[in-house]
Amino acid sequence: MDKTYSLEIITPIKVVYREQVIHVKAPGAAGYFGVLHNHAPFLTALKVGIIEVRAPSGLRLFATSGGFCEVMENQMRILVETCEAAEDIDVERARVSRDRALARLQERAENLDYSRAQASLARALNRLEVVNRP
Amino acid sequence: MATLRSIKRRIASVRSTQQITKAMKMVAAAKLRKAQNQLLSARPYAHELDGVLGHIAGTLRKGSHPLLERRPVKRTLFVVVTSDRGLCGSFNANISRRALQEYAACASQEKAVLVIGRKGYDYLRLREVLIAAHHLDFMHQLQFADAQRIALQLQNGYIQKKYDRILIIYNEFKTAVQQQIVVEQYLPIQPVVSPEVKFPVGFIFEPSPRRILSQLCPLSLNVHIWRILLESSASEHGARMTAMETATENAADMIKELVLYYNKARQAAITKELNEIIGGSEALHG
Repeated sequence: MDKTYSLEIITPIKVVYREQVIHVKAPGAAGYFGVLHNHAPFLTALKVGIIEVRAPSGLRLFATSGGFCEVMENQMRILVETCEAAEDIDVERARVSRDRALARLQERAENLDYSRAQASLARALNRLEVVNRP
Repeated sequence: MATLRSIKRRIASVRSTQQITKAMKMVAAAKLRKAQNQLLSARPYAHELDGVLGHIAGTLRKGSHPLLERRPVKRTLFVVVTSDRGLCGSFNANISRRALQEYAACASQEKAVLVIGRKGYDYLRLREVLIAAHHLDFMHQLQFADAQRIALQLQNGYIQKKYDRILIIYNEFKTAVQQQIVVEQYLPIQPVVSPEVKFPVGFIFEPSPRRILSQLCPLSLNVHIWRILLESSASEHGARMTAMETATENAADMIKELVLYYNKARQAAITKELNEIIGGSEALHG
């Protein structure tokens, strides 16, 4: 039996996930990282990406838009602005916002907030990716 | 003695007031439930974020971030959170009075107030208080962007050294019928370093602690304001619900009294009429 530790995923709206898990893969500021039982104390910023949670009950995927993650004494806390389980994602909405962001980037309008449009595109693509993963 | 008709009119008027207060109570209860849900879901995030901030600040030396920097306090800013609408009992009066007390007791050379909510603004602008800014009429539909706007204004004020300390005075939501006025330091940030958590050596940071802090501090401040706005909004609805409940009860008491009075008056009128008839007939016989 793999050793487990406790994971909490918390957003400003609600506590998304709180359970014992075996392994978590998350999008850190310096690239994806994995956390197992007895990990060293660790604090990182999270980027837009996919959180992969392996628990005794099975594998779950979440799309997140970035935040922070702390690992301490076999407790992992993920504080993110948004976090949606793969099965809860509104694919249609994600597609619409992807197309909108793409259109905005291609327009090259004068007053374009480039970084905002790009961030919005990244979030939409991320949502779609998490859904399409096998 | 009041005429029967005027008493009847009184009863009708009290009854319609009672209907209004009853309806307001229901509305407040519905809004309270919504605000309470929002608040309860925001609290853990705010709490955990403070925890993370505490951990990271514990490892760093002074001067690691301008928002953590402590300066001798010469200029203090008070942020007072009130509501935009009245009819919520002593909610606004209490907090405004408390703000005034704190303001008067503060020994800083310069002091100012930032008011959130129309009621507090109306109260404080007539007092001897320097109002630096005010934000009105957004409480009925709170959005995170509102919190962000206010937080940004406060952070800039602190970084530009307009203020050396920022305190927030607000109502903390306890239960639907109970609020508590809290005075909290907003800036500089006071990291909660819990003594029982022994700080492990070799904490890994990615990227550098400094970089993380520069992201974490503004976020934490935004969330802090957001939580406070939610606390205040939930408290306001709770206070209004209680106030309207009391008003409805008072109206019921009043109606009861008036009905009794009305019946007495009616009886007296009948007795009087009877007396007159008997007196009249006796006069005829006699």
